[in-house]
Amino acid sequence: MINDDNRRFRSLTVALLLLGLILAGCEHPPVDTVQRGYRGLGMEAVVNPRILADKVAANIPPDPLPAVSSAGPKAAEVYQNVQILGDLSVAEFTRLMASITAWVSPEQGCAYCHDQANFADDSLYTKRVARVMIAMTQRTNEDWQAHVGDTGVTCYTCHRGLPVPAEVWATDPGPRHVKGLAPAQQNIASAAVAYASLPYDPLTPLLYDDNEIRVISESALPQGSRKSIKQTEWTYSLMMHFSDSLGVGCTHCHNSRSFFAWDQSPPERTKAWHAIRQVREINKVFIDSTADILPASRKGPLGDPLKVSCKTCHQGAYRPLYGANMLKDYPSLAKLSGKARAAKDAGGN
Amino acid sequence: MAEYQNIFTRVQVRAPFEPGVPVSGGRFFRVGRERFSYWAGKLGDAQIGPIHLGATGVFSLVFGLVAFEIIGLNMWASVNWDPVEFVRQLPWLALEPPPPEYGLSIPPLHDGGWWLIAGFFLTASILLWWLRTYFRARALGMGSHLAWAFAAAIWLYLVLGFIRPLLMGSWSEAVPFGIFPHLDWTAAFSIRYGNLFYNPFHMLSIAFLYGSTLLFAMHGATILAVSRFGGDREVDQITDRGTASERAALFWRWTMGFNATMESIHRWAWWFAVLTVITGGIGILLTGTVVDNWYLWAVKHGVAPAYPDINPMPVTDPLAAGAAQ
Repeated sequence: MINDDNRRFRSLTVALLLLGLILAGCEHPPVDTVQRGYRGLGMEAVVNPRILADKVAANIPPDPLPAVSSAGPKAAEVYQNVQILGDLSVAEFTRLMASITAWVSPEQGCAYCHDQANFADDSLYTKRVARVMIAMTQRTNEDWQAHVGDTGVTCYTCHRGLPVPAEVWATDPGPRHVKGLAPAQQNIASAAVAYASLPYDPLTPLLYDDNEIRVISESALPQGSRKSIKQTEWTYSLMMHFSDSLGVGCTHCHNSRSFFAWDQSPPERTKAWHAIRQVREINKVFIDSTADILPASRKGPLGDPLKVSCKTCHQGAYRPLYGANMLKDYPSLAKLSGKARAAKDAGGN
Repeated sequence: MAEYQNIFTRVQVRAPFEPGVPVSGGRFFRVGRERFSYWAGKLGDAQIGPIHLGATGVFSLVFGLVAFEIIGLNMWASVNWDPVEFVRQLPWLALEPPPPEYGLSIPPLHDGGWWLIAGFFLTASILLWWLRTYFRARALGMGSHLAWAFAAAIWLYLVLGFIRPLLMGSWSEAVPFGIFPHLDWTAAFSIRYGNLFYNPFHMLSIAFLYGSTLLFAMHGATILAVSRFGGDREVDQITDRGTASERAALFWRWTMGFNATMESIHRWAWWFAVLTVITGGIGILLTGTVVDNWYLWAVKHGVAPAYPDINPMPVTDPLAAGAAQ
């Protein structure tokens, strides 16, 4: 009997330990549920207040530098080779440069982009890329309000003190596989799609190229739609990327009873629709234009430049920096200026 | 003295070794020597084997092994024969059906061909196993209820992997072999066809599935509860209704006004289980072939209710509203 009791005690201990180990992988309850739609539809945001508190703390923007006067000589009159921001006063210009340094290259300082002996010199690739990035930021704030609203973006939205934002991507060549096997382009654990077994790089066809995302039939009965289940998996995988990037579930943008129906969707879906077009433009127009000047360390394994996805700005928050408005303190980033303005006016775009 | 406890079995059901009665077909392939397992005795009879394999059993196992190997080796090849990655990624790995462009043609081996071959061997294995269940039951003079229940499950399997892809004209419509991949496929299937929850046959299948578990629990609990009166001798009580049967029947009439009988409860359970996969198979078969969007179908037929829009501004498709693509 003693042996039996010992054995029973041991199995019980092992079982409890195992249970503890399994539960250790879970979030610590309770979670809050916020109703976001008509009752009974499960249109809810599920929020773990402890995790959210940590995320909010990690998403506090730096204080803006004190405002300065817009009077006095213009930057273009005092400095050489100021192509975009020449209309700013010298004080405004210097303030913005100091802010960009704090946002993008706090450790490397001015020398990250500028030749210390001659600040007007364009020989460093980083300086030429920075010019594209400023135009990209201005374009976003001026023409993509349907996505970014009045909150807008600054360099800090993505960079967060890093010369290369933490969440960038390049076309994924996939894992090494046997030569004779056609790559399935899915079925591998991939952080890009929140560890689903779905296609691991939905970003190249859908956030760089403008392939069709819509797969759901728009008629009750078959009327010739040949969208396949495999194609659906690409869309699904892009949606996993959205969900992971914004830290939200499906119901942030969709009524999950009919994912396709716009008239039942929350208004956030409209923003996401514009966001998809905007990110494609950023990648095709702005990022790609830097491809020739970027070194290999700023490119992916296939030689394409590091690109922008939802996660680059959002970084797990449904609004980047939880909606903090940094742009209001940096109005020069709100509208295209200098050469970028001239190019737009000439191109009519 | 050991007592009989009827929620957890504390008594080892352990008799002298019983090799089974001689039946037609002789002792061919009846393998297994005198063996008992303590742990098997915890769950049921402590005796292990002998197993009758027969020709169907042997070929079923061989074909099943071939399918298993094809699937496993393709998975391993997809991580470049890296054993560590194979173990690490195993739940994600899959053997995918051919891409849509091949339609119903025979694709090259490396691009879905292996999937077709694996599917063939797995199907052959399953069908041979079905024959085995049928013939073994017949050899013992039993009814063929088990074989037909199994056939119902095979129906769902064939609809998913063979019949529906044939009707859709594309192997790519079929399910991949893989742990997570077949689950993601299931979700993608529902999304593509506008939410499977609005498919009435899916509804029926769920009702029968949950109903099966409920009936199983109700019946198991009832029999355990009256076993002290001999209720565990269910089959006896079908023809010779005793106090256990009467008490069980009275309990259900008191609590819900109706009772099954010792015999009918087993037919209830059998039909619920079998109808789960039969209705499920019909639901899958109609998807994409007859109905392309179940939500819209349900709206058309008054199944899906409309709810008030609480957005201050109606949300419209930006594409339809004329926004630039």
